[in-house]
Amino acid sequence: MNEEYLRIEQNHDHIKIVSLGEWTLYHEPQIFRALKKIIPDKKIIWDLSGIKSFDSSGVMLFSTYFEQFKKRCEVEIVGYTPKQERMYLLLQKNRATESIPIRHENFFERIGKNTAASYNEFVQYLEFSGHVVSAFLYYLKYPKNFRYKEIIYHIRLSGMNAILIIALTSFLVGLVISYQSAVQLAKFGADLFIVDMASISITRELGPLVTAIVIAGRSGSAYTAQIGAMKITEEISAMRTMGFDPFYFLVLPRVIALMIALPLLIFLADMIGIFGSMFAAGLELNISYAQFIDRLQEVLEAKHFWIGIIKGPFFAVLIAMIGCFRGFQVTNDTESIGAQTTASVVNSIFFVIACDAIFSVILTEWDI
Amino acid sequence: MKKIIEVKDLVTQFGETVIHDGVCLHIDEGEIYGILGESGSGKSLLMKEMIMLLAPTSGEITVLGSRLSQIDYNEAQMLRQQWGVLFQFGALFTSLTVAENIELQLKEYTHIDLKMRNEIIKTKISMVGLPVRAGGLYPSELSGGMIKRAALARALAMDPKLLFLDEPISGLDPIGARNFDSLIKELRDLLGITVVMITHDLESIYSTVDRFSVLADKRVVAEGNLENVLQSDHPFIEKFFKNDYVEKRLDQRVGRNVQ
Ligand SMILES: Nc1ncnc2c1ncn2[C@@H]1O[C@H](COP(=O)(O)OP(=O)(O)O)[C@@H](O)[C@H]1O
Ligand SMILES: [Mg+2]
Repeated sequence: MNEEYLRIEQNHDHIKIVSLGEWTLYHEPQIFRALKKIIPDKKIIWDLSGIKSFDSSGVMLFSTYFEQFKKRCEVEIVGYTPKQERMYLLLQKNRATESIPIRHENFFERIGKNTAASYNEFVQYLEFSGHVVSAFLYYLKYPKNFRYKEIIYHIRLSGMNAILIIALTSFLVGLVISYQSAVQLAKFGADLFIVDMASISITRELGPLVTAIVIAGRSGSAYTAQIGAMKITEEISAMRTMGFDPFYFLVLPRVIALMIALPLLIFLADMIGIFGSMFAAGLELNISYAQFIDRLQEVLEAKHFWIGIIKGPFFAVLIAMIGCFRGFQVTNDTESIGAQTTASVVNSIFFVIACDAIFSVILTEWDI
Repeated sequence: MKKIIEVKDLVTQFGETVIHDGVCLHIDEGEIYGILGESGSGKSLLMKEMIMLLAPTSGEITVLGSRLSQIDYNEAQMLRQQWGVLFQFGALFTSLTVAENIELQLKEYTHIDLKMRNEIIKTKISMVGLPVRAGGLYPSELSGGMIKRAALARALAMDPKLLFLDEPISGLDPIGARNFDSLIKELRDLLGITVVMITHDLESIYSTVDRFSVLADKRVVAEGNLENVLQSDHPFIEKFFKNDYVEKRLDQRVGRNVQ
């Protein structure tokens, strides 16, 4: 491996440098090290005739040192081929003294920028919501313009296709809830109260929350990624120039579809969740299905169920609007799709839970 | 003359759709080889098969002495370091600046120190006709033509022996296009690289390309230099080369040569 790229002969009135072998990219560090050792204190005669092959980096290395030596002493280049000379000239023509700008931000700049960006995002979100509402009102005024086909398509995509995963999740949630509480209730001999506990908590809180969280992860992220990708490929600009307002064609169908699908999915989650807890109650506390259902009819008032269902459209609006808004926030690079999708899921889950808390407070105040 | 690439009886199929049906061609060392054909005739796919992005349905491609159907992982990695590719739509990494895009392979595969690396990058940027400060920009901040140039600079970063260019000059202004052509020619002359270039540009075909093949009807209907190809009477060649516009240009060229 110890190939020779440079032979140096010290003569009494000059140094003779002979370049040898392959002056290419992969050998550059070795050549570089050899060149660094030369002390240009006398006239230099540089013989290039031994170079077997070269590429632009080899020639650039040569010219860098040629320039350096020239400042300190006389340099004579011999034995070069016309090709080497042309390559030298081509590269020399394109050597630039200016340097590539590097964009640095210090800590405070970053904080400032992020704060301003968050504020701007908030303002833009308000603007976006306003736009959606006005588009919605326009729809109500001219229902002819409803994009039924898109709405149905999105109901299928984000509603029907989610049935299995929501059924499975809510079954497990129902199962776990009554399994855990069964142990505690059995201590007090209050076995049958499991029905009150499970059914009310599932219909009022857990059904809607679990459904909304699954949908936020599943559809909210999909909305962001779809719209974001459309933005990068300039499909959205194309739509705008053709007079297709993306609010009518992309945002509203998704929002409306989710407003219809989410309450239905919550209903499904309620049923399956209660079935899950019935199943666990049967296993753990030997409560028969008939007993469970009898008690259920006694204790589960319709209002609990309706409160859960009513939350659906609210959660749906939050998830769909945040998903779409984040999609429009995507800038022209692929990394921002990832960042916005993450933000979309995190934001929508947070706001769903916050909205749920507001519901709790208000309903408690009203004694419902 | 050494054959750098050889394509034999290549068939490409997507389900029922046949794109290539028995494509044969060879590319010699040190030549600038053009691939011509209508949109959708399978030029880009042919190139993707040469650079191992797509496995052909059947047939054999040999690149720099390696048969692609039997290549192992290490050999393939070696091969990938010897070529540079310019994609039709640039395919720059959007999260990196232009300079970082060019630097990527240099940093990974060589041990050149930072200062020299910067010099190389700057020279490459200016060679393809971009201002040096464009090195600090992100791809989303470039125009279409600038993306093409930056992508060429990235393809040239490692001084590859073999250069694949997919429609390199579409989207460039005419002056830029000619500079592009002469740069490619100069690099070929000086470094002896082989260039495979998909192009629709008549001027490039006249002035830059040594030999080319014409893809039509799922195969190569003519191959060779301009004279050879013009002897064919395939409808596509008739349409592409033997119209009034081209004939006028040809006359002009002949006229100029006589003077
Ligand atoms: N993944 C794919 N599946 C099916 N057909 C494809 C695929 N990729 C390309 N094609 C078809 O192959 C043909 C050739 O494509 P391409 O090589 O990109 O054309 P061009 O010659 O314009 O570069 C086109 O008709 C295209 O529709
Ligand atoms: Mg193509």
